[in-house]
Amino acid sequence: MSVLTNNIDLYLRAFGTTIQLFFFSAIGSLVLGTFLAMLRVSPVPVLRAAATTYVTLLRNTPLTLVFFFFLFAYPLLKILQLEPFPAAAVALTLYTSAFICEVVRSGINTVPVGQAEASRALGLTFSQMLSNVVLPQAVRSVVPPLVSTLIALLKNTTIAAGFSVAEAGSISYSLSEQGEDLLAGLAWVAVFFVVLVIPLTLLQRSLEKRWSVAR
Amino acid sequence: MTSPAQAPPMIRMAGVDKFFGPLHVLKNVELEVPKGQVVVVLGPSGSGKSTLCRTINRLEPIDSGTIEVDGQPLPSEGKQLARLRADVGMVFQSFNLFAHKSIVDNVMLAPVKVRKTSTSEARKKAMELLERVGIANQAEKFPAQLSGGQQQRVAIARALAMNPKVMLFDEPTSALDPEMVQEVLDVMTTLASEGMTMLVVTHEMGFARKAADRVIFMADGEVVEDSTPTEFFSAPKSNRAKDFLGKILTH
Ligand SMILES: Nc1ncnc2c1ncn2[C@@H]1O[C@H](COP(=O)(O)OP(=O)(O)OP(=O)(O)O)[C@@H](O)[C@H]1O
Ligand SMILES: [Mg+2]
Repeated sequence: MSVLTNNIDLYLRAFGTTIQLFFFSAIGSLVLGTFLAMLRVSPVPVLRAAATTYVTLLRNTPLTLVFFFFLFAYPLLKILQLEPFPAAAVALTLYTSAFICEVVRSGINTVPVGQAEASRALGLTFSQMLSNVVLPQAVRSVVPPLVSTLIALLKNTTIAAGFSVAEAGSISYSLSEQGEDLLAGLAWVAVFFVVLVIPLTLLQRSLEKRWSVAR
Repeated sequence: MTSPAQAPPMIRMAGVDKFFGPLHVLKNVELEVPKGQVVVVLGPSGSGKSTLCRTINRLEPIDSGTIEVDGQPLPSEGKQLARLRADVGMVFQSFNLFAHKSIVDNVMLAPVKVRKTSTSEARKKAMELLERVGIANQAEKFPAQLSGGQQQRVAIARALAMNPKVMLFDEPTSALDPEMVQEVLDVMTTLASEGMTMLVVTHEMGFARKAADRVIFMADGEVVEDSTPTEFFSAPKSNRAKDFLGKILTH
């Protein structure tokens, strides 16, 4: 307990950063992942191929390598210099969006073709059909895997500690510098993560309940 | 019946061929449907009736020939095609109501998104149409909470909400329990008597006799007969039609 009370500032600051990192990358990867899924089902072969390549590349690359790229290789390109925090958010977003894309796409595949045909027959364009009919139903059917992907993202934020972002993963470094009990300190980190996952689980449950009527 | 020579037919198909791989499903189909006419398409299973119906709003593209709707050749995929489809109502065997939207939202969606009608106006029109098909009291329910017959009547209302020039029906009653068939046919009969141009694929001979101006009989992808209901049912010309009627009527 003393590890926590002695270092409560450190914990709160670090987890504050973790939550921010999670928040930005979650929004980013939901948007980008859904957009990629739209490309993957588009009637234009080039768009489909581009999205497939992206997903294959990012999904099969270890997250640490994506971080390495954004923090060390990307700056050499001298396009737009990124601070460690935004660079970490971008790396997490690019990586996670590949997984979100696949989850959403599997959701799209569960939507009966008749739904798309009825939309087309009414004069909806491809993007109107996707955004008003297919995607809302697709997302409803993949709430659990979508939330699992977000939980994985939450835990993946700890990799940013290795790239000078002072989030939860960096707590152990600070504790060991101060000669604190590392094991107890890390146990508290685990407890914090469990607590952070609770709202996500609740969100999943309430969405599943809310959307069960409409299917 | 006289039709003015200058008005284009609502539907014109000329020399239409359609293949599914090696399978020749529409063979040199010639068909004109004048405005206001109700045409029933009959034929054995696999004869190409659904395919014919679906080529008219290009849910199935054709391999050769031309299709015109109200004098306009079907555009290829894109915005123009979407615009044309907005004017062509379609009712499917499996209803295909949007599962995640309430009944009234199903009817309002296309007017709001495609026609850019205001939400309040679209809702008013939707409620009028639901009233007309007898479902107004279920407006806030979801499709899964309605019976098949009710869902199909909603699907008709949804198509009518776009003020279509022509309505296509592909076996609208085939997926229904027998006791629900009539309620859907009644809505269609009323629509026919109000002058809607309709192309109806169905096995309901009663509807064909009562509401159709014309019967098309298809077999193996060809239009084999094209006559009035009275003619077709009392004196079919081809053997295939006689055969077909024999099987249906002995049921
Ligand atoms: N998407 C498709 N791919 C391949 N073959 C198809 C496809 N759709 C239909 N067919 C074939 O084309 C032929 C005509 O089918 P169609 O559905 O138009 O017949 P139908 O007259 O509507 O039959 P039914 O009365 O059973 O509905 C059939 O042999 C069918 O198997
Ligand atoms: Mg059919």
